[in-house]
Amino acid sequence: MPNRKTLVPFRGTREQEERLRAAIERHRGEPGATMPVMQEAQEIYGYLPEEVQIMIAEGLGVPLTEVYGVSSFYAQFTHNPKGEVQISVCLGTACYVKGSGAILERVCRKTGCKAGEITPDGKFSVDATRCVGACGLAPVMIVNGDVYGRIVPDNVDAIIDGYLDGKK
Amino acid sequence: MDTIKVKVNGIETEAPAGSTVLEAARAAGVEIPTLCYMKDINAIGACRMCVTEVKGARGLVAACVYPAAEGMEIITNSQKAFDARKRTLELILSNHRMECLTCVRNQNCELQRLAREYGVERVRFGTPKDMQPQFERTTLHLVRDNSKCVLCRRCVAACGKLQSVSVIGPNDRGFATHIGSAFDRDLSEVACVSCGQCITVCPTGALTEVDNTPEVWAALADASKHVVVGTAPAVRAALGEEFGDPIGANCQGKMAAALRRLGFDGVFDVDVSADMTVMEEGAELLERLAGGGPLPLITSCSPGWIRFCEHYFPELIPNLSSCKSPQQMFGALMKSYYAKRKGLDPKDIYVVSVMPCTAKKYEVRRELDDAAGGVWDVDATITTRELANMIKKAGIKWDRLPEEDFDPEFGIFSGAGVIFGATGGVMEAALRTVADLATGRSLDRLDYHAVRGVEGVKEAEVALELPDGGKLTLNVAVASGLANARKLLEKVKSGEKSYHFIEIMACPGGCVNGGGQPIQPMSVRNFTDLRSERAKALYSADAAMKLRKSHESPIVKELYASFLGKPGSHIAHELLHTTYIARSKYPGFDAERQGKKLPAQSEKR
Repeated sequence: MPNRKTLVPFRGTREQEERLRAAIERHRGEPGATMPVMQEAQEIYGYLPEEVQIMIAEGLGVPLTEVYGVSSFYAQFTHNPKGEVQISVCLGTACYVKGSGAILERVCRKTGCKAGEITPDGKFSVDATRCVGACGLAPVMIVNGDVYGRIVPDNVDAIIDGYLDGKK
Repeated sequence: MDTIKVKVNGIETEAPAGSTVLEAARAAGVEIPTLCYMKDINAIGACRMCVTEVKGARGLVAACVYPAAEGMEIITNSQKAFDARKRTLELILSNHRMECLTCVRNQNCELQRLAREYGVERVRFGTPKDMQPQFERTTLHLVRDNSKCVLCRRCVAACGKLQSVSVIGPNDRGFATHIGSAFDRDLSEVACVSCGQCITVCPTGALTEVDNTPEVWAALADASKHVVVGTAPAVRAALGEEFGDPIGANCQGKMAAALRRLGFDGVFDVDVSADMTVMEEGAELLERLAGGGPLPLITSCSPGWIRFCEHYFPELIPNLSSCKSPQQMFGALMKSYYAKRKGLDPKDIYVVSVMPCTAKKYEVRRELDDAAGGVWDVDATITTRELANMIKKAGIKWDRLPEEDFDPEFGIFSGAGVIFGATGGVMEAALRTVADLATGRSLDRLDYHAVRGVEGVKEAEVALELPDGGKLTLNVAVASGLANARKLLEKVKSGEKSYHFIEIMACPGGCVNGGGQPIQPMSVRNFTDLRSERAKALYSADAAMKLRKSHESPIVKELYASFLGKPGSHIAHELLHTTYIARSKYPGFDAERQGKKLPAQSEKR
């Protein structure tokens, strides 16, 4: 289970908070308002940390346990922000049989980050994804939107180094 | 009442219209097994134990939620239903840490009982021999072990629907699903009020109270300690259930006898300090009515309610009575008045309380209560259940016990003290005394029926003729169960309602239904109102007593004459009153944000 209490400090802005309050206002009183507000909140913040979930709970008058119950149930919600370098490794069937498990392992070793988490300095986030639809390129790794196909674990370090110090 | 005719296992029967299949079967005297179902608050059809055959229905139906209809043929005991239930049990057990022999709920476990009844001798899907316990013990009152949890969500319903506290819920999904707090914080990091209602509804050993009996045994074995015990009013209304007595039997005499045989040096009753609470709180009410403080005055006997107020309604703290609870008054008086009378050093007195309550385990370690200075008012508190375990372990045969009295030094009390254990009881006890004090006469009126009964919120108007010819009308309200309390307090806050005096007890029905009381399986609780049955034991004891007003008790008179002076005196304030702290609704989160560490609840002084 990925860690839920993210290690990265919360850096929400006043503007983000105002947008969230407006979303809560729009949905207040609706039956089942929790989900749509959570979806909007994730659009605003990119993830749902405890700070944001408490705002939602207080704003809608629902228990925090209910908000968290929903966010930990659905895969669409994430409790960690994305890092400066955002890495996804495809674990779809084709990639997996082509050895993406070893790729993910190397990525985690290189970045010091577990799948589904972010490093405390906010530099790296790593996701293990389902099929990204590029099976012809298996195994596939995506870094900040750039797709790298037909790679082997030994390629990983060099690819990631290419994103350090604002290189890309 | 409208009824419908149904056939249950071939027998024609009548059931109230609107019944579920489960209720219709019950009307025919047939019990359908359940695990997750709780009448009115948890009908979710989740555990699938109650699957039952209904002629014409496609497949088996979940009896707890499936409505019964006119002419319906219900077959509860078909092979098909038996097989399905047994399979369900095997699946639950395949993910259950079975250590029945050493489990605190051995022989009082709903899962164990069903497994036996359904003849589950082997779990085909593998028995989890290597399953590890998942203990969480971060609070003073509760131990959670999710390796015994069956995910029935009864605790979630109790916490959310009965208490509107909602600090636990189902987290994650599929095999990873587990009951926990938001962000899987420890229970000590969230605003749990320690009421223990979750424990009394847990079908298995996943939720239990912290066992404080080892400390009590150790104190009893320590010759240098003078060990005294006091019992709360509600304990006598339920302890007998642990020994097979019927629900609602008053076992006061046997309880006192058992405590004496356990070796306590003083066998006392917290009912006496309930009488003292009436005196102090009554004086406080009269003072506030005369303009000396905010109204409504709200009672402070229930530590679950106190924590609820501190976490969720901190703005009402000025309205709380400053009186310590009867338990804390008992301890404070033991370590001051009693110590002096006996010529004992307060440090050598070990005070044990027996309570129907788990929040008392928190209360005895509240940072604010140490009347004698440097020692706790109460050293250890055990629940009704823990006392039963002690009696059993000591080999004391319940049915051979004589009926005995408490020790007279702190064992004579009024009927007003007895009814403290039921919702409305503190209010009624206070009214008996306040009415006499305000009118300056000894009134014949003793019973205030409007504040009795198990309704969530009760209101009454009490008109009193004052000695100067004027009239005083007291508006009072009583709430039990924190969800009901929340509703009432919202109305008070909005100005929709205004009262002079409010009694709040955290547990629905009051202490008789407290989180430390004997656990009755849901098959009993769904069809027997434990609250009213146990309360009857207290009200009939009160009715049979000669002494029914707190201020007429000889011990109360003696305490004021020789020690305290008068209610609300300086020394009474030092010993019998306390203060409260506004606390966060998200304590762990707020502490982290401020870069602080929450003090551990179990920290010893």
